[in-house]
Amino acid sequence: MKRITFAFALAAAVGFSGAALSQAKEQFVPAMFYWVGPYAPGGSGFGGGIIDYMQMLNTRDGGINGVKLTWEKCETEYNNARGVECYERLKNKGPTGATVIHPLSTGITYSLIDKATADHIPIISMGYGRTSAADGRVFKYIFPLITTYWSQATVMVKFMGQKAGGMDKLKGKKIVLLYHDSAYGKEPIPVLTDMAKEYGYDLTTIAVPHPGNEQQAQWLQIRQIRPDWVILWGWGVMNPTAIKSAARIGYPREKMIGVWWSGAEEDVIPAGAAAKGYISAGFNLPGSNFPVMKDIQKYVYDKGKGEFDDKSRFGSIYHTRGVVAGIVTTEAIRNAQAHFGKGKPITGEQMQWGIEHLNITDKRLKELGAVGLMPPLKVSCFDHEGSGLVKFQQWDGSKWHVITDWMEPDRKLVRDKVEADAAQYAKEKGITPRDCSKEG
Amino acid sequence: MLYREAGQFKSTYAEDQQIFPIRQDRIALALLLLFAFVVVPMFADEYWLSAIIVPFLIFSLAALGLNILTGYAGQLSLGTAAFMAVGAFMAYNFVLRLPWLGIIPSFILAGLCAALVGIVFGLPSLRIKGFYLAVATLACQFFVLWAIQRWGWITNNSATGVITAQEVEILGYEFSSPASKYLLTLGIVAVMALLAKNLMRSETGRAFMAVRDMDVAASVIGIPMMKTKLLAFAISSFYCGIAGALYAYTYLGTVEPEAFTLDLSFRILFMIIIGGVGSILGSFLGAAFITLLPIFLNRLFGLISHGFDLEISHAIVSNIELMIFGGLIIFFLIVEPHGLARLWQITKEKLRLWPFPH
Amino acid sequence: MTDLSFFFEVLIGGLLAGIMYSLVALGFVLIYKASGVFNFAQGAMVFFAALTFVSVVKMGVNFWLALLITLAVMVVLGVSIEKIVLRPLVNQPPITLFMATIGLTFVLEGLSQIVWGSQPHALELGIPDVPMAWLLDTANINISQFDLFASGIAAVLVAALAIFFQYTRIGRALRAVADDHQAAQAVGIPLKHIWAIVWAVAGFVALVAGLMWGARNGVQYALTFIALKALPVLILGGFESIPGAIIGGLIVGASEKLAEVYIGPMVGGGIESWFAYVIALLFLLVRPQGLFGEKIIDRV
Repeated sequence: MKRITFAFALAAAVGFSGAALSQAKEQFVPAMFYWVGPYAPGGSGFGGGIIDYMQMLNTRDGGINGVKLTWEKCETEYNNARGVECYERLKNKGPTGATVIHPLSTGITYSLIDKATADHIPIISMGYGRTSAADGRVFKYIFPLITTYWSQATVMVKFMGQKAGGMDKLKGKKIVLLYHDSAYGKEPIPVLTDMAKEYGYDLTTIAVPHPGNEQQAQWLQIRQIRPDWVILWGWGVMNPTAIKSAARIGYPREKMIGVWWSGAEEDVIPAGAAAKGYISAGFNLPGSNFPVMKDIQKYVYDKGKGEFDDKSRFGSIYHTRGVVAGIVTTEAIRNAQAHFGKGKPITGEQMQWGIEHLNITDKRLKELGAVGLMPPLKVSCFDHEGSGLVKFQQWDGSKWHVITDWMEPDRKLVRDKVEADAAQYAKEKGITPRDCSKEG
Repeated sequence: MLYREAGQFKSTYAEDQQIFPIRQDRIALALLLLFAFVVVPMFADEYWLSAIIVPFLIFSLAALGLNILTGYAGQLSLGTAAFMAVGAFMAYNFVLRLPWLGIIPSFILAGLCAALVGIVFGLPSLRIKGFYLAVATLACQFFVLWAIQRWGWITNNSATGVITAQEVEILGYEFSSPASKYLLTLGIVAVMALLAKNLMRSETGRAFMAVRDMDVAASVIGIPMMKTKLLAFAISSFYCGIAGALYAYTYLGTVEPEAFTLDLSFRILFMIIIGGVGSILGSFLGAAFITLLPIFLNRLFGLISHGFDLEISHAIVSNIELMIFGGLIIFFLIVEPHGLARLWQITKEKLRLWPFPH
Repeated sequence: MTDLSFFFEVLIGGLLAGIMYSLVALGFVLIYKASGVFNFAQGAMVFFAALTFVSVVKMGVNFWLALLITLAVMVVLGVSIEKIVLRPLVNQPPITLFMATIGLTFVLEGLSQIVWGSQPHALELGIPDVPMAWLLDTANINISQFDLFASGIAAVLVAALAIFFQYTRIGRALRAVADDHQAAQAVGIPLKHIWAIVWAVAGFVALVAGLMWGARNGVQYALTFIALKALPVLILGGFESIPGAIIGGLIVGASEKLAEVYIGPMVGGGIESWFAYVIALLFLLVRPQGLFGEKIIDRV
């Protein structure tokens, strides 16, 4: 009997949410993030940002050209199977189905590449996911927007070169890559190895087993190597542990550069005073003084809404990163509407066009009130990354300070690798790359 | 009344030894298979097929594998996910390197590789038991994942260790639609479940159970301890390996080694405990419970906050879901420590009489 | 830096890290010894304790008072776990009990994040986690002050537990229960009270481990993972032995660090994740009951 009621209740739940499909003037964006588990700070922060931004647009402008933005949250627990379930559950919601997916997990992105391409739903994997998807000719529906791991790795080397007083000064310098032992952590190794050949620095890669809450052995190795720089490619608890362990061996934190998933407040605060001086890369800036953030405060939080109960998270790195994701998403919707008909909900295919023709200039950023929050962005059929620019920030013990301007990646090196990898994928999968000169 | 074997007489040995001796069971099974093979693909939409039923079947198969080892042969293992990983990655390699072989033989070879790994890590079971053995199988869990990440050949030198499963094609037919993938998975799972059911009532299965119930006594009556235990590890790992291959080929398509973490091993262990240790049916019930419950809770809470327009922070909702999930596990263990399969048995007992009181 | 001093640095660092593992393993041992439950929720209890403590301190409560409050919470928690979850499961097979504690893990993780949120926190105990200057200068060996402090705490804790078990009335009763539940009950030891006390003590040990690990890496969800670090320690030392947990921790800590530093680079690194388990496995092949475990005698 228990099982029967269970089945009935399940059927009822499914039926009801199926019936909850609503009126035509709505644009549905799935919110597949994670609010529990070890990575909850990242998932809830990013998700909070994107939802806050959409909420703000709905309240301030009444949506996009009169089309209201809607969303539904789905807990993925940073787990591939749950992510796929969320995707399948949400992809047909709303009058035109899911507009775009932000998986916020490299694993889930990988699991969805085939499915989303078949379903014509674009995926935006902003600063994570498959780097070679930057080759839009092969990965039509996948957009690793703004910047990828490989671009970032080259910018990091450039930054070190700049600090050393020129790229030629990197010769003979010692650099250690301390990485999370996973697909994500290994991502930069080929690029850093290639650059080591070009610039003549010594690269040592040291793996930290998941979850990375014990790094004594790794840091003793680092102490023996005495590197000029340590690149930290961590995730979750591995980040504060690395910073603490650096303090334990007396390694200067000013010589540690974190990837952007190692560069949020949540990564340095647990390390306490030890994190002072630590540097990290980023493609978005924290802060609550941007006009767009003030609007979110005014139209969302002051009205008693908003995603965070803990107001200190407002304007944190993850929050503004989510806002950037919101800007990119809604600008692409606007773009697609301008092309396919204003004031009408767009489909996934139209959204693909919208993202592919996205051009967020400095002027547009000013109108959005987000100058400096993110770099300008211009996407094309050929280039699904669109910017590649990275900034560096330093932790002063209580907040992040930006210490560089937007820095250019080594575009040629990255692009060659992207194309080689994408070509291999296309061959394995039997995909014929699109001819971009023929695309509209 | 509904479930009464009175009047069913066995007049030959063959009849007496058949796998489902009771007519009602045979009818129920036939109906179930008919339902699964014909009705489900006709009516279920893509969401149900590719996000609910296919993973449910795959996890059932893995749970079945673990149940052979833990439930029938009494050897506790926490390395299930590692065996699945071996299956997934070896299937990829066989298809990649020996493309003339075809999918099904590749799966079988991958399963055999998993069995081999199972035998190697089963060796300690000859000396150690219980929790000590469980923690020892953790060595397998961590070592296998580490080796997959380190040994470039396994992932075809993919820099990140992520592999993309090839298209599934059997005799020129491409299994690309959700329904066809579902049918392929269902076919494999059904055949393997039937094999397991049969195996467990053979001499091998009875030897397993003897070892489980008391290994010293079993060895005294002449059951070869080494052969039996290693065979249990091999068969169990074979099942898990096939489940892993299906996980890559008919479910996710792209897998990374991190998909097969200890978490997954625990979840599968959960399935057999909740479902019923030492029961084929229990593996399926448990897999259904563990895979469907979190999704069901998630939807239920979505419905509640939607329906009543409640402003609850989503973080709290997600955590409440987690707590209810844990709480229900404890609840079921307290109410029915022998698992859902036992509840089914009790129901059957009751159905013998029902609807008449005597 | 000479090779020899580096070797000692790794060795000592490993031993001290091992002590940190032992701190977690102690909680497991206590409960297993007294009630035969392999309490997987120990990791979640550590997390819960540390999170409660920092959150109470954040509210502006004085350090010692916060410690007292957290201790009270942990004792209540331990006792209620025993009462609600484990008492109804008495006499079930160990695997069922084990599973129940995994279910408990989910409940505790959910509960702590509902009550205190999922944001990570820093925890300062006033002992800086920096190398000791004089040792660095004289021998060029890098040992963290905090690690020494932690091993001191562990030593005090073990001594306190040993005294408690050896010389108090309750301690004697505990040992009797650990030896034979039925015999203990027959001579009039109240089994239920004893188990409640054991869970309360385990809550206390979780608090200490939570403070140490929290101060080391920050207080966040990942604290629950340290349970996995304790498992090889347990097999090595034996599930029932407190000295075993300490010695096992030392062996595991030292061997995995030495292996990572000296063998790791040859095979691609990251071998820490499984090396401790393999050591424990090899060890078990020689002594199936662990270092100090009770000898297993098979009877038909």
